[in-house]
Amino acid sequence: MSTLEIRGLKVSVETENGSVEILKGVDLTIKSGETHAIMGPNGSGKSTLAYSIAGHPKYTITSGTVTLDGADVLEMTVDERAKAGLFLAMQYPVEVPGVSVSNFLRTAATALRGEAPKLRTWVGEVKGAMEALSMDPSFAQRNVNEGFSGGEKKRHEIMQLELLKPKMAILDETDSGLDVDALRIVSEGVNRAKAANDLGVLLITHYTRILRYIKPDFVHVFANGKIVEQGGPELADKLEANGYAEYVTA
Amino acid sequence: MTTLTTNYLTPTGREEAWRFTPLKRLGGLHDGTAVIADRRSLSLKGVAAEGVSFERISRELAAPLTESDDAIVGRIRENAADVAVLTIKANTEVAAPIFLNRSSGATDSAELSRVQIRIENHAKATVIIENSGDTHLAEDMEISVAPGANLTLVTLQEWDGKTIHAGRHHAIVDRDATFKSIVVTVGGSLVRLLPTVDFIAPGASCELLGVYFATSGQFFEHRMFVDHKVPNAKSRVNYKGALAGDGAHTVWIGDVFIRAAAEGTDTYELNRNLLLSDGARADSVPNLEIETGEIVGAGHASTTGRFDDEQLFYLMSRGINAADARRLVVRGFFNEIVSEIGVEEIQDRLMDRIDGELAKAGS
Repeated sequence: MSTLEIRGLKVSVETENGSVEILKGVDLTIKSGETHAIMGPNGSGKSTLAYSIAGHPKYTITSGTVTLDGADVLEMTVDERAKAGLFLAMQYPVEVPGVSVSNFLRTAATALRGEAPKLRTWVGEVKGAMEALSMDPSFAQRNVNEGFSGGEKKRHEIMQLELLKPKMAILDETDSGLDVDALRIVSEGVNRAKAANDLGVLLITHYTRILRYIKPDFVHVFANGKIVEQGGPELADKLEANGYAEYVTA
Repeated sequence: MTTLTTNYLTPTGREEAWRFTPLKRLGGLHDGTAVIADRRSLSLKGVAAEGVSFERISRELAAPLTESDDAIVGRIRENAADVAVLTIKANTEVAAPIFLNRSSGATDSAELSRVQIRIENHAKATVIIENSGDTHLAEDMEISVAPGANLTLVTLQEWDGKTIHAGRHHAIVDRDATFKSIVVTVGGSLVRLLPTVDFIAPGASCELLGVYFATSGQFFEHRMFVDHKVPNAKSRVNYKGALAGDGAHTVWIGDVFIRAAAEGTDTYELNRNLLLSDGARADSVPNLEIETGEIVGAGHASTTGRFDDEQLFYLMSRGINAADARRLVVRGFFNEIVSEIGVEEIQDRLMDRIDGELAKAGS
């Protein structure tokens, strides 16, 4: 049983016009097996929350804490956070020219497991993960995210989620740019990872449609850098009907 | 001290062709003050395949295939008693790569070496020249690619740290012939190579690929010239370099000349440099001169940048530590060209060397 605890998190970024505060005090607790949806309008700071937890150097934590089972996440380097059990599925996964998916996955698995996975079982693992996400076997020989379609990038992210077996996953707009079939395939992957590893999920999205496939236990409305309303799945229905207008100050 | 019978001008460093080169570090190769030793260090590795011969021919019987106004080439031609000639007979397809090995020499004297690679009509071969150890070497290599022939030439500069190597690798590419050159420079104190191509009949194509990795105090210069003087020839240039450490300096010059007669020319050249630390300097000068508008395409690009933080973040967010992430990115950067060599053993060796250079640079 793991707990990711975010308390009073304030985050700034440096811009040409000086430091700008994006997160203005975020409190959130996620336990293993729970799915929390964070919903909010564009520019509300949802992605900043995701990248701050993962440790992107662009963001400066000005106050607050993030702990995973009591350990101070903010003190960890980016790779240490992954080793502690955090995973970020990115909205815009990065191209790494010249590095094959297969080499990348094996390097990551070796780092996270502390030893190189046995070749025989590993090949089967990767093949299984790719089949489950309806990915062509040739995918493993391509360079990481290079020339991938939007849907391929998201499948690749979720394939890593299944292979790398984190405790907590942050899915940053994993639904964006996916057609209905791809959305279903990707969602099934998330649900498999949840079932297999008792994964805690922080699902960041703008739209409610992914919530038809990945059922949230809690819904948080995010606006202007903080959580402004919380509830159960019924809150998503309300957002579907009314949109974010009432949360966005004119 | 050698005296020249012909009057090659000793460079002063103000000439366009020499303006980046630290002449003082050339060991006297350029001004005739180098002590010359007859080392004949180039040899064929293993047994010659069917249709392949490697022999030394006296200079009277192996005249230069081209003229050159390069001072170092001039001195080599004045002094070298013989020429190492590799011949691949017409219509021969050599399946396995032909390896030429240049053994370690000495750094208190210089070898002046003439080499000719002659691939005859419709023959096909890959030639790999392996340079290692420490030496002072001035090299005049001429490559003649006959009509319809297909040659891949790989030169590996895996020198140790004291080598001075100045070489001209000049290819003459005939009708419908294909020439591909892969230059790898990962060692030496000063390496200055001139991979140049002369298209002498239509339908020819060349691909000049290269990688280099300079660390503290190393100077590597690669200066190409592709002469499109006939119609319908195609050239591609792609060189990638990494630099790390104080005083690491690389120079890439890409001169492409499309003469008035060269209608239908298709050319593109690219140089990318990865700066891995402060104190290193990469000069990159693409230069396209065009005398006719009737061409398929002509372009060039040059970029010099640091590690992409987003790539490192992505890799590290999957548990890969900073050093391994950098190693993956650098390997990936070079892989596009190294993988073109097609000999796994060499590719692995080069990647290990690149890892080593990166570790040495402490980045």
